[in-house]
Amino acid sequence: MIHFVVHEKQDGVGVVVVEGCAKGSKATGWIMEPDSTVRVELKNDIPIGHKVALKDFKVGETVIKYGVDIGKVVAPIKKGEHLHVHNVKTKRW
Amino acid sequence: MISKKTKFWGYRRENGRVGVRNHVIILPVDDLSNAAAEAVAHNIKGTMAIPHPYGRLQFGADLELHFRTLIGTGSNPNVAAVIVIGIEGGWTKKVVDGIAATGKPVVGFGIEGHGDHQTIMHASAAAKKFLQAASEIHRVECPISDLWISTKCGESDTTSGCGANPTVGNAFDKLYPLKTTLLFGETSEITGGEALLQARCRTPQVWKDFMFMFDRYQEMINRFKTTDLSESQPTKGNIAGGLTTIEEKALGNIQKIGRKCKIDGVLDKAEEPKGPGLWFMDSSSAAAEMVTLCAAAGYVVHFFPTGQGNVIGNPILPVIKICANPKTVRLMSEHVDVDTSGLLRREMTMDDAGDALLDNMMRTINGRLTCAEALGHREFVLTRLYESA
Repeated sequence: MIHFVVHEKQDGVGVVVVEGCAKGSKATGWIMEPDSTVRVELKNDIPIGHKVALKDFKVGETVIKYGVDIGKVVAPIKKGEHLHVHNVKTKRW
Repeated sequence: MISKKTKFWGYRRENGRVGVRNHVIILPVDDLSNAAAEAVAHNIKGTMAIPHPYGRLQFGADLELHFRTLIGTGSNPNVAAVIVIGIEGGWTKKVVDGIAATGKPVVGFGIEGHGDHQTIMHASAAAKKFLQAASEIHRVECPISDLWISTKCGESDTTSGCGANPTVGNAFDKLYPLKTTLLFGETSEITGGEALLQARCRTPQVWKDFMFMFDRYQEMINRFKTTDLSESQPTKGNIAGGLTTIEEKALGNIQKIGRKCKIDGVLDKAEEPKGPGLWFMDSSSAAAEMVTLCAAAGYVVHFFPTGQGNVIGNPILPVIKICANPKTVRLMSEHVDVDTSGLLRREMTMDDAGDALLDNMMRTINGRLTCAEALGHREFVLTRLYESA
């Protein structure tokens, strides 16, 4: 069963696509390009549609999704943690 | 499977354009004329008033956009005939003359010097004649190349970028070679994805035209912003759905133009495209504003992918909703025309999803009402550029 989706292999995040992804569970991700899978242990409950970090991030690092820059890290993030507005901000505006 | 030989049943209008609906509309020029317009639509069942809050003391580019949007709405081939009502005769005539250029039946009424009662009486008499004449217009078989399709997403979340939006992109890639006329927009929602768009522009001039619109929008945002726009763009709903930054939202947005089709030209707000192909229209990313501009530019059917469940419709433009978020599909099924949540369970390929959308599109353009039409969603929102004088 697929719990999260990763657009491209170089992406640092996956998108949870099922409900009920709980802290401590082992989640399976489908990497769309190229077609393959990845596993990660969740360190937070992650709601459907929200992102899971697939690696550790330091403050100031760039987050890649779709193979492209989607913003900067503003608080440290560990692999398996919830990555969202509390730890990532836009580089624009 | 859709091909160059595909035909659909549409209403061919006096100017050759093809509509998929046959509305008789009562169009107010300004806020003051809404009451009379709604009274006429109440009297003559089957006509539709399109009230809105603007049209007084506007000037310059903002006024031009107001006229372009009203005239474009009346000129849209989904509209058979138009009754225009304004507080005075001058601007009313301007809107009537603009619509009359299409050759369709249109007549205007000014309220000043007559009052609501006289205006409603005369406009109702004209509306009755227009409605009865429109009821005798039949659908005729038309080639798929006569179809104009616009797209804009709303209440997006991360499932939009991996499910609903690429479904539209897959359908656009299949429609583009059939010489259809396609449109996307949402200028601020390209922020972070400019390079991807550059690679899709047909010529360097198209890219230059796009960047003119893009820079103009960015300047406006920079002039008025008080924060990084978080909760506005991306919206609070986008954030609740898991989208974090404008860049992430933009990359999802761009999935709607597929992988193959090229951007053939750039339009200003509510401007009509000059031929088949894929057009970018400068526009707000607010759903009702953007869809209203699509209708005013002459588009007759709209693809609206959503993640969290935007419920928008339009008075004259059928809005087809596509959703890949299983939770939204479960909780808001009455709003979802095409469920592509199977994509995220790997039960459906992108080609399957694109074909499901095209199948729904064919049924819609042949007459099936969309969820938004059946639910009475008629959001008509004029874009304003600045304050009235």
